Amino acid sequence: MAWFKKSKKIESRTVKVPEGLWVKCNSCKEIIYRKEVDRNLKICPKCNYHFRISAKERISLLIDDESFIELGRDLKSEDPLNFKVQSIYKEKLSALKRKTNINEAASAGTASIEGKKVYIVVLDFSFMGGSMGSVVGEKFVLAAERAAAENIPLISVASSGGARMHEGIVSLMQMAKTSAAVAKLKTAGIPYISVLADPTFGGVSASFAMLGDIIIAEPKSLIGFAGPRVIEQTIKQQLPENFQTAEFLLEHGMIDMIINRKDLKQTIGKILSMVALKTASVTYTS
Amino acid sequence: MNNMHHYLDFEKPVAELESKIADLKNLADGKDMNISSEITKLEKKADELRADIFSKITPWQKTLIARHPERPYTLDYINMIMEDFLELHGDRHYADDPAIVSGIAKLQGIPVAIIGHQKGRSTGDRIKRNFGQPHPEGYRKSLRIMKLAERFSMPIITLIDTPGAYPGIEAEERGQAGAIADNLMEMFTLKTPIIAVIIGEGGSGGALALAIGDRVLMMEHSVYSVISPEGCAAILWNKSETAIGQNEYEKAADALKITSSNLKDLGIIDEIIPEPLGGAHRDHQTAASSLSDALKLHMDQLNEKSSEELLESRYNKFRLIGKLQEQ
Ligand SMILES: [Zn+2]
Repeated sequence: MAWFKKSKKIESRTVKVPEGLWVKCNSCKEIIYRKEVDRNLKICPKCNYHFRISAKERISLLIDDESFIELGRDLKSEDPLNFKVQSIYKEKLSALKRKTNINEAASAGTASIEGKKVYIVVLDFSFMGGSMGSVVGEKFVLAAERAAAENIPLISVASSGGARMHEGIVSLMQMAKTSAAVAKLKTAGIPYISVLADPTFGGVSASFAMLGDIIIAEPKSLIGFAGPRVIEQTIKQQLPENFQTAEFLLEHGMIDMIINRKDLKQTIGKILSMVALKTASVTYTS
Repeated sequence: MNNMHHYLDFEKPVAELESKIADLKNLADGKDMNISSEITKLEKKADELRADIFSKITPWQKTLIARHPERPYTLDYINMIMEDFLELHGDRHYADDPAIVSGIAKLQGIPVAIIGHQKGRSTGDRIKRNFGQPHPEGYRKSLRIMKLAERFSMPIITLIDTPGAYPGIEAEERGQAGAIADNLMEMFTLKTPIIAVIIGEGGSGGALALAIGDRVLMMEHSVYSVISPEGCAAILWNKSETAIGQNEYEKAADALKITSSNLKDLGIIDEIIPEPLGGAHRDHQTAASSLSDALKLHMDQLNEKSSEELLESRYNKFRLIGKLQEQ
């Protein structure tokens, strides 16, 4: 359920993009010239693995230039459990903020995609594994409620290990809250497109991420409910080769399509041009 | 009789007294006045001891009570408080999941839909029920029954008692995450009252998938959490679950705020249903009648609301949990 559960397994398949000249691909393990990866939208030129990217990078990749207006940027966790075992959650949050220069594990706002106005919520795995606590839940719901009120489509991009343990039951309830907000959109007939990036698990996959009218995944992303390590420990068996990959989910009928990062914006634009006819629209000019 | 019971470590002092009482009763045969007054004295002492132990019970000990193998399960409660129960099986797509039971029944004369996680008691039954850990078809069955209840204007009662949704290969292949998410979303659209009661273990998303209610109640000694104390401790101490012990579980259980009184204080649940002294496992019937009365009371209150009112207040109830404002 929670993000940390399978973090070991995922980390073992993950190599952080270092500051150096070379990076190692998580998937094919090739050593690649860093600039070559960066120029390629952080996609491995050898095997098409899509490296994790920050919310900021994701937003700039998806939207029309400079069209993003952020919502709830300064929302801060109130540490509902006063969590202090082993480390102090509040201090952990401020230390992370200083280190990463990111406020929380999600950014939300309004923007335009190929001239069509949308609300967008993007999770950031580099902030506590993209885990959903009260801030992530609140940002999603803020965006979804405005989308519903203003008749504008909602786009989300998930990259998360799941619920945030340090907020306990309050983080669990964010699953309910975000799913309730999606129900509002569905009732109102407003399109909701969910993009699943590596990785999407636990409380995030078991709530808003799997509720899109259309669900798109990036190639080779790991997506599931329980983390692979938890499953291995439970069933005491080796997992199948492509288990919980985007390709595995497509084969089992759980997602609509797998789209390369390079084509993501265009694909979303195309979907919006067909399903968002009745929603409010703006034409963006730079 | 006493030897047949399963006692938790902290219940052992009471267990010793009770076996002494049982021995005396065997000896006495009801004729010896000295022995019978000794029995009365010991019984009083056992009650006091139990009251003392339960007044100081820790969140980790509550977790053990919530998982007690003699605690009443969904079918026990159904048998004790409902009439005319008809179990309805299957999700109409893949299978019938025995980890969730569902059906229609009468509660104090009122037809309701009843859905709950089901654990097994014998070894064979535990395996059959998969220790109360549902697969996607279990959640899909529950949603089918909820929609049936909505069509026929029956209130929905859900009883929650699971370590969590099952983490397995087939569960993933059949879309565990999506099945849970669908329940969460759809339950916000059902135009009929929903009362959810945590009766034992409320384990994470697998529990929440049945717990979107107009009222969320907890039996006094149940627990409800995003992660088990063991799982939480393994992460906090960064060790395998076997390398840590009770001391860490105590700290994790405490930090997670998982008891009924914690969750009432946090505004997550509406009401705590009292259990008999020593826990529901010591007296099923008393626990069941408290549950029945609480359900009836809330059903009567909810029946006065229009479906629009229900949906709006259900949305707001969950919307307000962890609501934040920019400073
Ligand atoms: Zn590669």
